[in-house]
Amino acid sequence: MERLDLSKFCIRLGDSCLIMAHRQSEMCSKGPFLEEDIAQTNLGLDLLGQAEALLIYAAKLEGNGRTADDLAFRRPEREFYNFMLTEQPNTDFAFAIVRQYIMALYLTKVYETLAKVEDETISGVALKAVKEIAYHERHLGMWVKRLGDGTNESHDRIQTAVNELWMFVGELYEEDDLDVKLQEAGYAISGEEMKAYLMDKISAQLADATLSVPESVYMTTGSKKGIHTEYLGYMLTEMQYLQRAYPDAKW
Amino acid sequence: MSEVKDTQGQLWEVFIQTKKGLPFKHAGSVHAFDKEMAIQNARDLYTRRGEGRGMWVVPADAIVAVDPSDDESFFDPSNDKIYRHPTFYELPEGIKNM
Repeated sequence: MERLDLSKFCIRLGDSCLIMAHRQSEMCSKGPFLEEDIAQTNLGLDLLGQAEALLIYAAKLEGNGRTADDLAFRRPEREFYNFMLTEQPNTDFAFAIVRQYIMALYLTKVYETLAKVEDETISGVALKAVKEIAYHERHLGMWVKRLGDGTNESHDRIQTAVNELWMFVGELYEEDDLDVKLQEAGYAISGEEMKAYLMDKISAQLADATLSVPESVYMTTGSKKGIHTEYLGYMLTEMQYLQRAYPDAKW
Repeated sequence: MSEVKDTQGQLWEVFIQTKKGLPFKHAGSVHAFDKEMAIQNARDLYTRRGEGRGMWVVPADAIVAVDPSDDESFFDPSNDKIYRHPTFYELPEGIKNM
């Protein structure tokens, strides 16, 4: 793998983790009860840890003096490469659960693959993350079932969340030139394989939760080129506020 | 004013084992609606910092406790019977957790 290609890849994955971590941090104090509030925030903390490790390594590989903090707090929206799914807002508890559940499935596969690569920094990050994400998948999967097979209200809400978020799933198995290079070097599985795995897992879980898989709809594309939904800009305004208002602030 | 209904689920008591082979110790309690959720909530609250290798959760209402007003008749009679403690034996070196 070329150094800069690997750096770009770490930024993509790191960005998705970072943006999800911020979304999860917004759940803090909004959980349905104390224990779940802590669980939701913990999911965010795990993701923040993964984002930090990936962005530190990306900055190092890049080798042009930018730090992980620069990457997180000093890039505009168009230079973020997280999946659009990850930036979708916490419209209600069901939206947060569905977004995180689908991403947990995706990350499980990604980290399992990365745990076997030669690069020791990457495989180290992945080995640790695999365990964390296994718990995310379990915890979130439980909620998918609980809400889907719960009351009429919870069923309708989570079905709405699945339907509304469905168009963002296509990006998870999309491929561009960088993805092909990654696949050739053993850093990623093919888009086709990822799609089959995701659809298999999601449809089994939704069926178990008495939910239906949405009809195939238009799938969005663009985050690998820095194109995003309207939500990311607002989120960055808040996330990057301190650096924007007080550049290089120290305390 | 009517009382606010508790919607957080049943109370469960959490017991943690710090190392395999050691007894489980009471760590605290959690709210949850069933067994699975109880064990997950307990994990998030009590074992995030490497506190344990084993964990039990038990519905709080399944625990039978001594009524504090019975303390005297339950516990005091043993106070003057020190011979019930194995304190007159010397332990061989290397024995741990006794």
